[in-house]
Amino acid sequence: MMNGPERPLFDVEEMEISFGPQHPATHGVLRLQMKLDGERIVEAKPIIGYLHRGTEKLFETMTFPACIPHTDRLDYVNAAHNNQGFCITMEKLLGISIPPRAAYLRMILAELQRLASHLVWLATHAVDIGAITPFFYTFRERDEILDLFEEYCGARLTLNTMKIGGLPFELPQGWLDRCAKFVDAFPAHIDEYETLLTTNRIWKRRTIGVGVISPEDAINMGLTGPPLRGSGVEWDIRKVFPYDRYDEVEFDVPIGTNCDTYDRYLVRIEEMRQSIRILRQCLEKLPEGPIMAKAPKVLRSPEGMVYGSVESPKGELGYFIVATEKGTTPYRCRVRPPSFVNLQALPQMVKGSLVADMMAVIGTLDIVLGEIDR
Amino acid sequence: MPTSDDKPTPNTDEPVTGAEADKAAEIAAAKAKAAEEVPPKNPWEEKPVAPTHSDAMDDDDVVALEGLVVSADLFTGAVTATVDAEKILDVCRFLKEERGYAFLVDLTAIDWPEREEGRFDLIYWLHRHEDSKRVRLRAILGEDQTIESVESIWGAANWMEREVYDLFGVIFENHPGLERILTWEGFNGHPLRKDFPVEGIDTGAAIYPDVYPPGGGPIVPEEGEGA
Repeated sequence: MMNGPERPLFDVEEMEISFGPQHPATHGVLRLQMKLDGERIVEAKPIIGYLHRGTEKLFETMTFPACIPHTDRLDYVNAAHNNQGFCITMEKLLGISIPPRAAYLRMILAELQRLASHLVWLATHAVDIGAITPFFYTFRERDEILDLFEEYCGARLTLNTMKIGGLPFELPQGWLDRCAKFVDAFPAHIDEYETLLTTNRIWKRRTIGVGVISPEDAINMGLTGPPLRGSGVEWDIRKVFPYDRYDEVEFDVPIGTNCDTYDRYLVRIEEMRQSIRILRQCLEKLPEGPIMAKAPKVLRSPEGMVYGSVESPKGELGYFIVATEKGTTPYRCRVRPPSFVNLQALPQMVKGSLVADMMAVIGTLDIVLGEIDR
Repeated sequence: MPTSDDKPTPNTDEPVTGAEADKAAEIAAAKAKAAEEVPPKNPWEEKPVAPTHSDAMDDDDVVALEGLVVSADLFTGAVTATVDAEKILDVCRFLKEERGYAFLVDLTAIDWPEREEGRFDLIYWLHRHEDSKRVRLRAILGEDQTIESVESIWGAANWMEREVYDLFGVIFENHPGLERILTWEGFNGHPLRKDFPVEGIDTGAAIYPDVYPPGGGPIVPEEGEGA
């Protein structure tokens, strides 16, 4: 039995460490200033801005169509949704309605991009936690998606493949068959990833109960996308404000119950299955017809403020455009980046947890610094 | 010379026979029918019609806010309610607690350097989950004026307000930590102001000033290096 006053074995002192910006687990150039009590995080403060390129300022100097290639560079693993968000906002502003074929093709591209983005998330998230194998599997399928993109528009990452009023190119011959082949094969690959992780004991120990955020806090902190749905709030822009032709396809919005990293993982896995479901319906329903609406060559805006948003793989990606009468450039173009708002909840989610859990939480928020810093 | 294959050229001088008149009537009827049957053009085939502004003072939320709304405008399906900048905290608290706007989607600003009413527009974009309704608040702010932070109402406002402070230089009072977020502490200027040059400013930051001289120019070779 111990006698005398209890003394700690080591000196208990808060230690300050800087994590990042050059660290593979931060998914870019995120820096975290952490105060640690041993292995426990007392406080974590994200410091961002290392990738700030002034995109919003640049938008103000460019004509509306010229902005689209710059949107690619915001969330660079997810270019199609960035294009789509900008285009639907501009179409709202100019009163353009796009042909059904263009809308369906956009949905096909967007859902393929969602799969590609979720695959990057799964790969990096798993690597951060220590499971290296899924990386090789997911990047194999991601490459097939990027091949499809390359065949369609020539680019693999920065697609720049949507125009205000529709799409610039018709599909190459045989593209739909190859896409359908991929869609048919993909569910088996999701099962493959799940055999590696879902019931894996280490994976579960590393994710269950980590980074818990209650639905009330999630709403208060403005979380959107899978982090919000993982906390049990059923909210998807594709359902509540359907854009393009999302009101014509059937899909479910998966939600979690335990508000933790494991549930967010399950939500995203299920989202991939739902994307496949949407893709199947799109390929089946894809109508014939033009791919470009009748839009003037030089776009001149009416005066006003407009906001349009899409459900990007990270959450609600919104564009807020202020236009002047007969203007050809946006007076102000604000991007509402989902990662920026989601990252804000990080200090709350990691408080009191281990440093190692920080990697799990950064991974589960699925942040992209290009979009955060703009 | 017309050959026998050609259609007879109509000659008004000749008396029109009964058969020809019938034929002409038939053609006219067929033409009229065809004109009727042309399907209405699809919306994407027509010239786009730009949306217009309309008054939205009868909107539920605007009515609920009573005298707090200066003017309300409906454009592309969204209501923009202009409110007094001094009362922004009351308005936001009322909308969250009484009207169910639990979600702050976005908070941003617009710079109008020439405008008389005030230089900045602060935009609050709120969402209600029950019926998925959104409302936009606009508060006009002069260049020297400050505005209350809404961070106590929506936690999400924290970084958004920091961003507006960083990029526009609007000061939010009672904000828990109003620091620059995208640029660095000590940066001179607010980039999204209209008077900030697009090409940027000389911030004084220099990477290896000995090797890369400030203001450009040829690279100075290190000693023992080069020709």
